Amino acid sequence: MRSWAAALLALGLALTAVSEAQVTVEKPEIPLSSEQEARLAELLPDLRCLVCQNESLAESRAPLALDLKYEVRGLVASGKSAPEIKQYLVDRYGDFVLFRPPFDPRTWLLWLGPIGLVLLALWVLLRQIRGSRRAAAAAPLPPVDDAALKKLLDE
Amino acid sequence: MRYAIPLVVLAVLIGFFAVGLNRDPRLLPSPLIGKAAPAFDLPVLAAPAAADTAVAAPQRLGNAAFAGKPYLVNFFASWCAGCQVEHPYLMTLARQGVVTLVGVDYKDAQADVSQWLAARGNPYAPILVDLDGRAGIDFGVYGVPETFLVGADGRVLHKHVGPLTPEAFEHDFKPLLGAGS
Repeated sequence: MRSWAAALLALGLALTAVSEAQVTVEKPEIPLSSEQEARLAELLPDLRCLVCQNESLAESRAPLALDLKYEVRGLVASGKSAPEIKQYLVDRYGDFVLFRPPFDPRTWLLWLGPIGLVLLALWVLLRQIRGSRRAAAAAPLPPVDDAALKKLLDE
Repeated sequence: MRYAIPLVVLAVLIGFFAVGLNRDPRLLPSPLIGKAAPAFDLPVLAAPAAADTAVAAPQRLGNAAFAGKPYLVNFFASWCAGCQVEHPYLMTLARQGVVTLVGVDYKDAQADVSQWLAARGNPYAPILVDLDGRAGIDFGVYGVPETFLVGADGRVLHKHVGPLTPEAFEHDFKPLLGAGS
């Protein structure tokens, strides 16, 4: 239990320390044509910042995100297509770097799960409706008391 | 019986949450496991005498220099608190000499890391310098310290994120030391 807490504390320390006093190397500017700039701007929001996780590379100012942005910029400049650039990042960081995960056996549940849930809900709903109809048909109305009915109508 | 379906749904949900909420969202599976280690060719840190001088110190070292024997690649930095946490254990590992320990000094100033090592000791056989973080990107590093086990055949066998602990080494690394040869 204590070692577990210590490990957690250490992990917390490790993760908070990520942005401290790193060396930033001056890198040469990569000039892009306006068409390439547009492609870059389209690509970056689809890529996840791995340090801040819920931010995209377009938004993030984390050092790693800046490095990756520079990397992607270089790839765009060298004429790589968007799928090639995404593959380059997936090869290193895994599918998690993409905000839209690919459709493959590991993600079938993720992509098809909601449709499955809707179908399940429809099936339950239909069963309920059919059940209550059958119950209504099965139970005949009680015999009418003619005298009481006449009394009611006369009032 | 009329509650069977809601109960099953609830049980499934509880199952999902029990698994999902106990996972650390910061631990990402590495796509490198089982693949050849990324190619690197990095300058060697001019540092206080290395613990293991078996590897002669040319100016740069790449994958080929370590081929044929399993080795650990430990990304660290003097500015990283988690590296401070794991450092005593790395010293122990170095003393035991079970595996070659290759340090990669990640985005760090030479003066800082030299001082850091002088104060704490140097567990690394060679220390390579990844000043701009390019090698880090190739290894998919997203937060130091990260430790990779590369097998004798040059494939990545395991990755550990966060400070390396004796438990993690004994449980996850040690059984793999013989593999990949």
